[in-house]
Amino acid sequence: MAALYDRYSAVVYSVALRVLGDTGAAEDVLQEVFMQLWRNPGLFDSSRGSLGPWLAVIARHRAIDGLRKRRPETDIADVVVSVEPDMAGDAERARAMEKVRGTLGSMPAPQRQALEMAYFEGLSHSEISAKTGEPLGTIKTRIRAGLLALRKAFAA
Amino acid sequence: MSVHEQFAEDLALHALGVLQGAERIALEKHLEECASCRREVEQLRGDIALMALSTAGPTPPRRARQRLLEAVAREPRRTAAPAQRGWWTFVPWIAAAAMAVGLIALWLQNSDLQRRIEGLQNQSAQQLAELQRAREVVSTLTATDAMRVTLVAAKTPPQPQGKAIYVRDRSSLIFLASNFQPLPPQKAYELWLIPTNGAPIPAGVFKPDAHGSATIINPPLPKGVEAKAFAITVEPESGSSAPTMPIVMIGAGE
Repeated sequence: MAALYDRYSAVVYSVALRVLGDTGAAEDVLQEVFMQLWRNPGLFDSSRGSLGPWLAVIARHRAIDGLRKRRPETDIADVVVSVEPDMAGDAERARAMEKVRGTLGSMPAPQRQALEMAYFEGLSHSEISAKTGEPLGTIKTRIRAGLLALRKAFAA
Repeated sequence: MSVHEQFAEDLALHALGVLQGAERIALEKHLEECASCRREVEQLRGDIALMALSTAGPTPPRRARQRLLEAVAREPRRTAAPAQRGWWTFVPWIAAAAMAVGLIALWLQNSDLQRRIEGLQNQSAQQLAELQRAREVVSTLTATDAMRVTLVAAKTPPQPQGKAIYVRDRSSLIFLASNFQPLPPQKAYELWLIPTNGAPIPAGVFKPDAHGSATIINPPLPKGVEAKAFAITVEPESGSSAPTMPIVMIGAGE
């Protein structure tokens, strides 16, 4: 457990911190995510993806649940994440980080903004639309296009 | 990947966990039936996970690590996961199957033992019957009230006669005497096994009954001695270790 923590805690913590903006709350999410894995390691199905991305997704879910003061909505047993890289190695993670930042940086600002609002704030397209004044359909399209741009960057 | 275009954008929102209301219900219904859209959601979650890397990588404080490891130490890991169908779900079935196999094995073993007992009982009964027949033979041969008749050519006066039946491999000897002359007191006849090599071997001392008959059955003999002939001498009642001449009767093997 200590080894898994050392490898993945930074990803889990930084996502939670970015979402929640509070180190104490981020630590709570970190604790909760790893305890869940400890109590029930079968929740993560290694045949269907890597642990790093899975933890990142779970951490975001828990952080957004905390942000919105709501009960956990997603059954994490159902969460299947299909992606490389695993984010386990430092060098690998550093390269991937560069690539993600580069991709986000090259996006049109409204697209990046829509994506980040959905990702870090857990806002729905209608909430984003209400905040930005953009049409619903445009927000939807931007979010999907942003995710596909990330996929394309890593497929290359 | 062929994704249903009408759902493409909702799939991204769903993967982000921000799709709400009727749109969410409609999409979840569709996902139940559409494997390619389910795969796309998995893929989109992967794309979303990459977003985590855009955060500047602050590391958690050291105390968080300590806190987690302490919590882990306090809480033993549970092995039964209600949401998960691991192999252990089948443990009761495996146990039941093993028990059934065990019962069948016991039953077969039991049947086998029963058969063996029956076999032994049959064998035992057979041996008892054989023993009974052997006893009857021996008691007939040795009965004092047995009528012993030696048949000879007609009009031939009865002659003393001895019949030795010897099985070398079993060192088994049966000797039947008839029409022997009575002997004075303190005297007895002694039967000798004359081996192919070596001195005569004592094969039993006997006194004929009132009818001149006698029987010797399995006297103590050395094992596996090849017999050339059998002979009878008259000896002291207690018997001798070497024959006292003359030989009163002799017969060679056929």
